[in-house]
Amino acid sequence: MCATCGCGEDATPRVYALDVPGAQAHGHSHEDGHGHTHDGHTHDGHEHTHDDHSHEHTPSDPHGDGHSHAPELISMEQNLLAKNDLLAERNRGWLAGRKVRALNMMSSPGAGKTTLLVRTLTELGDRLRAGVIEGDQETSLDADRIRAAGRPAVQINTGAGCHLDADMLRRGLDALDPPMDSTVFIENVGNLVCPALFDLGEAAKVVVVSVTEGDDKPQKYPHMFIAADLVIINKSDLLPYVDFDVDECLHRIRHLNAHAQFLVLSATTGDGLAAWFDWLDGRTSPTETRTGSLTGSLEESLTDAH
Amino acid sequence: MHELSIVQSLIDAVLDRTGGRAVTGVNLRIGPLSGVLPDALRFCFDVASAGTTLAGARLRIDEPQGRGLCRTCGNDFALTDMFLLCPCGSADVEVVTGRELKLVSVEVA
Repeated sequence: MCATCGCGEDATPRVYALDVPGAQAHGHSHEDGHGHTHDGHTHDGHEHTHDDHSHEHTPSDPHGDGHSHAPELISMEQNLLAKNDLLAERNRGWLAGRKVRALNMMSSPGAGKTTLLVRTLTELGDRLRAGVIEGDQETSLDADRIRAAGRPAVQINTGAGCHLDADMLRRGLDALDPPMDSTVFIENVGNLVCPALFDLGEAAKVVVVSVTEGDDKPQKYPHMFIAADLVIINKSDLLPYVDFDVDECLHRIRHLNAHAQFLVLSATTGDGLAAWFDWLDGRTSPTETRTGSLTGSLEESLTDAH
Repeated sequence: MHELSIVQSLIDAVLDRTGGRAVTGVNLRIGPLSGVLPDALRFCFDVASAGTTLAGARLRIDEPQGRGLCRTCGNDFALTDMFLLCPCGSADVEVVTGRELKLVSVEVA
């Protein structure tokens, strides 16, 4: 609970738009008087999961006559993630309406997502109109780095949460308000487990793994690599110093995922970034990833790595 | 702990359907390839259902075995992990069962 006002905000995701100073210090930036109402977007009657009302609906008897019911089995037959999936589809429609391409960037903490994004935004400059939605448990450090590169960024602090979900992304999109025909990078919470399960409505999932993490990551975190459309092996400049077999890693991923594309690069030195920029230039929909020349990019990556 | 988010979503879905009626049982089907641990789900359910009409409800989780069908040799075999490899060596395997993550039914008093 918030020690200042007791609003319980700490447990709920918080979205900080650009130009909110001191966001990381529990900014209390709800302009709407703690109502947590989100006025953006166009979905009327959007189902918010406000953690603060704790779901004690206690609605009146559905029949209104007050008598008790006989025990009953109610068939549900629905996906446990149905609600998130529905919100993700709404996001997808909203993004399509604006012709905005959203890319869900996922990795373990420290794999270099932010470094890659900062370098990408800096090098591509006006060639890529893009904004970033940053997900972290706490602080606006990452959003600050993106803003320092001159691009709009929204920070979502998930508090106790270990992943972004479709509702958080929608709120992030409201705050970012991306222009038509632009790209939104969603930097998910650093975590190779939970984000894999939550569809956000993105066009593609990009998984970054760094060579210092070990080439057995795909086996240890299979769900993440199964979900990936593109896998980037980052920090290739450190390959001479670590025991990481790029071929082995790629083959392990291929065993899990027949569709993913691969790139090997170093966001620090810039090696291999051209292929990443080509990928960004060349694709607009997830179907294109799946039908793209997979073997070509694999061989290219393997060649680049040696 | 994505299981906590999933349980919250489960509880919301059940409350939407049952109104104020006391829920005595919740039946789920969770496959071994779904990415969700039944034990973690049970733990989260007890915590998250407290104070709702689902408090104390019996959580029954059906855990079907994972089955794969090899598109190369037609073999139907058990899948125990996410590495979809037929004993014949082919990786062209269709997951028949194992990815279920389903709220099947609820029992109300």
